[in-house]
Amino acid sequence: MTPAISVAGLTRRYRGSLALDAVSFDIEPGSITGLLGRNGAGKTTLLRIVAGQEFPSAGGVRVLGACPVENERVLSRMVFVREDQRYPDYGSWPAFQVRHALQTASWFYPNWDAGLAAALAEDFGLPPGRRVAKLSRGMRSALGIVIGLAARAEVTLFDEPYAGLDPVARKLFYDRMLADYAEHPRTVLLSTHLIDEAAGLMERVLVIDHGRLLLDAAADEVRGSGASVSGPAIAVAEFTAGRTVWDRRRAGSQESAVVAGALDDTDRARARSLRLNVEPLTLQQVVVYAAGTAAADRPDARERTSA
Amino acid sequence: MAGLEEGAPLFVQVAERLADEIADGTLPDGERVPSTNELAAFYRINPATAAKGISMLTDDGLLEKRRGIGMFVAAGARARLIDERRKQFTERYVEPLIAEAGRLGIDADELAAMIRESSYAQRGTRP
Repeated sequence: MTPAISVAGLTRRYRGSLALDAVSFDIEPGSITGLLGRNGAGKTTLLRIVAGQEFPSAGGVRVLGACPVENERVLSRMVFVREDQRYPDYGSWPAFQVRHALQTASWFYPNWDAGLAAALAEDFGLPPGRRVAKLSRGMRSALGIVIGLAARAEVTLFDEPYAGLDPVARKLFYDRMLADYAEHPRTVLLSTHLIDEAAGLMERVLVIDHGRLLLDAAADEVRGSGASVSGPAIAVAEFTAGRTVWDRRRAGSQESAVVAGALDDTDRARARSLRLNVEPLTLQQVVVYAAGTAAADRPDARERTSA
Repeated sequence: MAGLEEGAPLFVQVAERLADEIADGTLPDGERVPSTNELAAFYRINPATAAKGISMLTDDGLLEKRRGIGMFVAAGARARLIDERRKQFTERYVEPLIAEAGRLGIDADELAAMIRESSYAQRGTRP
């Protein structure tokens, strides 16, 4: 099957700094992938290149089997919702309203569902007659989300689409996206730093840091691929001997260490017999530690004692 | 993601939740189980993850697919689950209990008396 998105050796330089450093991955059609990383990691640059809005310095991208740049056949099947979505120039068209924004989008996307757009706009409390220029930041984000979902585009790119949205509105976004995705599967690439709350949506995660792809794995494989072990310092030292330790902190005679790798039944039984408390890492925690380890540029065991 | 824990594969947790409901009789043999999309919406997880949880139980023979209708609890599923869980009971519950009791200096007779006492209290009956 042709990948929905295929990126090979993608590199983007900005005046001496590397925004993307030889990033390669394929995304199969019909999946929700999380694009995770810190601010400035390169997520937006990557999405802009996939959307055909920016050129790579080296490497290539193919969307639905073709180069996306100025390619109408690809662009009409792809929607890109940006973190701070802009709409047509308010100066030249000051009366531009929510319904005009939806109308304009409907001309562009062949799978556009006007009924869904109207229902979503109502769910998010977006009045059709409100001027786009008068929308709050959260409402502008909601408008972007409505367009991103109602476009039902084969390739749907969301770049931190919820600036200014409160937790209730974000939950609404997750619920509506899942519901529509279940009925109309498509390829979704969602960049976010709210990893914990969006984690369940993702089938797969790509983690980038300083422009490099750190992790490309099934979300369920990443979950629990590390553990926090705590208890008496002597017992923690015994348990962690020979393991990769991502983090270590100590308070008096108690110590807590974060070890890489999933623990099996034998490990857990051993931890129990050492009277240690074991907590598997969440997706968010693995991402944080993986990025931290990469930043220290020491992929092997790292020892740190926090005061 | 609602009601699931982050630290373990979600599909395993989905399968465990369904297995719990089969074991305690909430989902009796022959009952229809929620569809992949219903589970995905309920737990706020990816439908593929929910599907993986269901197929884990199908592979174990606890669920069966009826074409065009949905997934159902297989005949004898509850009995099989209870049988398996009884076999694991000693290892999962009794052994850790004895180990902790040993650390606190509680011997087997005292432990047995405590279990009996708690059991009466929970059930509200006394022989």
